[in-house]
Amino acid sequence: MTAQAPIIHGMGHAVKRKEDPRFIQGRGNYVDDVNLPGMLYLDIVRSPYAHARITSINVEKAKALPGVAAVITGKDLEPLGLAWIPTLMNDKQMVLPTEKVVYQYQEVVGVVAEDRYVAADAVPLVEVEYEPLPVVADPREALKQGATVVRPDKGSNLAYHWEAGDKGATESLFRDADVVAREEFYYPRLHVSYMETVGCVAHYDAISGKLTLWMTTQAPHAVRTVASLVTKIPENKIRIISPDIGGGFGGKVYVYPGYIVAAVASILTGKPVKWINDRSDDQPSTAFGRDCYMTAEVAAKKDGTMLALRVKTIGDHGAFFGDANPSKFPFGLFSICTGSYDFKSAFVEVDGAHTNKPPGGITYRCSFRVTEAVYAVERIVDVLAHKLGIDPAQLRIKNFIAPDKFPYKSALGWTYDSGNYLPALRKAMEKVGYEQLRKEQEEKRKRGELMGIGISSFTEIVGAGPAHTFDILGLKMFDSCEIRIHPTGKAIARFGTKAQGQGHETTFAQIIAEELGIPIDDITVEEGDTDTCPYGLGTYASRSTPTAGAAGAMASRKIREKARKIAAHLLEAREEDLVWEPGKFYVRGSPGKAKTIQEIAFAAYTNYPPDVEAGLEAVDYYNPPNMTYPFGSYICVVDIDKGTGEAKIRRFMAVDDCGNRINPLIVDGQIHGALAMGFGTAMLEEIKYDENGNVFGANFMDYLIPTAVETPKWETDQTVTPSPHHPLGAKGVGESATVGSPAAFVNAVVDALAHLGVTHIDMPLNPWKIRKILRDNGIQAE
Amino acid sequence: MSMTKMHIRVNVNGVEREGDVQARLLLVHFIREVLGLTGTHIGCDTSNCGACTVVLGGKAVKSCTLFAVQANGKKLLTVEGLAKEGKLHPIQEGFWEKHGLQCGFCTPGMIMAAYHLLQKNPNPTEEEIRRGISGNLCRCTGYVKIVESVQYAAEKMRVQEAQVAAR
Ligand code: FES
Ligand code: FES
Repeated sequence: MTAQAPIIHGMGHAVKRKEDPRFIQGRGNYVDDVNLPGMLYLDIVRSPYAHARITSINVEKAKALPGVAAVITGKDLEPLGLAWIPTLMNDKQMVLPTEKVVYQYQEVVGVVAEDRYVAADAVPLVEVEYEPLPVVADPREALKQGATVVRPDKGSNLAYHWEAGDKGATESLFRDADVVAREEFYYPRLHVSYMETVGCVAHYDAISGKLTLWMTTQAPHAVRTVASLVTKIPENKIRIISPDIGGGFGGKVYVYPGYIVAAVASILTGKPVKWINDRSDDQPSTAFGRDCYMTAEVAAKKDGTMLALRVKTIGDHGAFFGDANPSKFPFGLFSICTGSYDFKSAFVEVDGAHTNKPPGGITYRCSFRVTEAVYAVERIVDVLAHKLGIDPAQLRIKNFIAPDKFPYKSALGWTYDSGNYLPALRKAMEKVGYEQLRKEQEEKRKRGELMGIGISSFTEIVGAGPAHTFDILGLKMFDSCEIRIHPTGKAIARFGTKAQGQGHETTFAQIIAEELGIPIDDITVEEGDTDTCPYGLGTYASRSTPTAGAAGAMASRKIREKARKIAAHLLEAREEDLVWEPGKFYVRGSPGKAKTIQEIAFAAYTNYPPDVEAGLEAVDYYNPPNMTYPFGSYICVVDIDKGTGEAKIRRFMAVDDCGNRINPLIVDGQIHGALAMGFGTAMLEEIKYDENGNVFGANFMDYLIPTAVETPKWETDQTVTPSPHHPLGAKGVGESATVGSPAAFVNAVVDALAHLGVTHIDMPLNPWKIRKILRDNGIQAE
Repeated sequence: MSMTKMHIRVNVNGVEREGDVQARLLLVHFIREVLGLTGTHIGCDTSNCGACTVVLGGKAVKSCTLFAVQANGKKLLTVEGLAKEGKLHPIQEGFWEKHGLQCGFCTPGMIMAAYHLLQKNPNPTEEEIRRGISGNLCRCTGYVKIVESVQYAAEKMRVQEAQVAAR
């Protein structure tokens, strides 16, 4: 009897994560855990004003404090050409100001000291005098004639105007429609609130001339290239290491002033410099998400057939246009807003505005503005359903893109790779007992009780993306994998992406295991070191599995082809007579004549054919032929407490279709986490500004992220519609639920109040907002 | 501002440790930077997130909210002290088994909060678990799998207790 073969754990295995042992034992290595001898600490003086001219900066007292090693101002950065740096959207951003500040909490001066307490002591010793300027904090105001101009270098507050679709055809469909539903939605400003704030350790080695930066970045390679272009430090002399990252959600794609100041401080002092943002500095100064005003309209026939969609949006981008978008898409992939429905025509237009607020827009698990797009369409479909008196589920079913229409060309130009929407919605409806719930609602309404049912049948677009359409600053959005198989059959695989909790060390190992038959425990996955990993554009917008994951499969297949040559040599057979089964080649017709991948790996270094190079490795830069289009149907059931106005989530059923699932456990975890973020969005979270640009919701006391107590108990299920072009039939999933769920929560609450004439309530749906509606409608609080 | 140093002695994960610390040094910085135990994390500056949770004198505390000197003479348990002889604690096992973590940043604090909860209440309901970890924020998991992790651990610890009692 032979020894039992090790389990390979390829596709579809809910295997425990390989990265977990270090995290559960406190042995992760996050940036604040990096400690170097002689390290100094950077703290930052921030602006109390949203808009003000700086009349003087006096650093003498701070410099005189024992233990302070350096104080850095914008004037110190100017001669280095670093007072301003380019953003990822071809705009520019201040690192430290020389003339004026443009948002509250903006970085003004960097203070470097021998420990973090002394650095904090020195912050209030820096004397900055300001002359306040008029403030514009609302993007709608910013775009009006005569508004205060935030960026005199640009002449106006209009960052861009962008449109997509056929305006004329859309207008004529609206003209001839039986019915038009129209509603205005504000999508509040949010912060990703990763549990680990941003930070870095910068270490400049004067002898080698090499700058090493351990930093909280989701895109280390792109950062290295930009850093090299800006600083003129040769790219081989910059090493970016993304260590373990405590959540990113898009907020760690941006390049923040603190990184630059820390690097400069290290060059100036000759010592390593650590900068870790305090939470109460991080929340109000780092990239936000959303903050846009949308007017959505749908034109339909009386029977509910939807004809055309029109959305007009004003998006706030803060003082600098710095969203990490693909360069051709200033408002991301918002034009996915026709969603799961077969519209004849659509038209969208967006005005991007500058305001006295920090830059951002694309963060918080949004798949490049797909959250806003899905919210707009899934809300307006419900508004239409209520207007026509048609059940929201039936209206959706009537208008779904039929399964035989895929690949489907949307009215706004996207080619959906695959989709089958009805089974997902049917499954969700069966699981929650939709018909029964509607009956219950009817009865409760008679008794004066408030309950609502909300549906969202979203379509996502992820996996940026095909090189012809997608680039960031000209860098095409491919991604990469390099695999080396060692003589004993163990492997190391390196990727151009960088996980922040997504579990790539496991998922990517499973992809290679599937393709090569090597057990996952024999495969080490590494990411996030620009000195060792192949170039890639990073991990955000659910792109890793569609791009780097595919690269892993393709690199494995290249290895398999070489392995076939070696196996043929070892088995003295012709290559075309060999058959692959996971883990081995055997001669067709005689399964006993076989060589395992481990035997082949050994031979690759010891006994390879004369016409073949030694070694067993491959690299693949994968350019996806299309995006992937995950989808799903979510149903939320809500009960409203008439006394407190609290909307209690009774059930939340999420049916997701992300194609073939590599690790179902990890996929489920991703969906749960994104649902909780969607719940936070819909019910709790908002960053607000007053007219003077003072921020509210700037720390964890004021910005309510969900705890275990209020977070619903998620129920999940799936349908499987594989991507026809991804090598494994997989699609991205990390953001589906943040994209899809907010509309389901809001639809449920509005549904509960629809009989009172309520057509919309802006998020977050907190108790006092709902209680006010109840009171305005004469519904007595008990 | 006073730079007075004070001498403290703390039993850390079963080992006596001592040192001179500034009066203002936060316990979390003592743990991370003086003791070099970086499993205890810092996620906020307003005592909201619980990433810094440790067990001090038998109670779960937020170590960012105490000074190091307040730990003088007490027993401190951090995440690094849970596994014994290379064997994971049932709570650690639970988090691994049930996918109770993603980025791992909240995890040590969650585990220590769960540790305290299960000491007090070996058989908590789901409701009690949710309340027990409500001082700990997680942005990745959506909590359901954390609850399952703690349930797994509770079950396992009860079985172990029973085995010990039977001996
Ligand atoms: S660090 Fe957030 S509560 Fe201690
Ligand atoms: S696992 Fe990332 S915050 Fe909890």
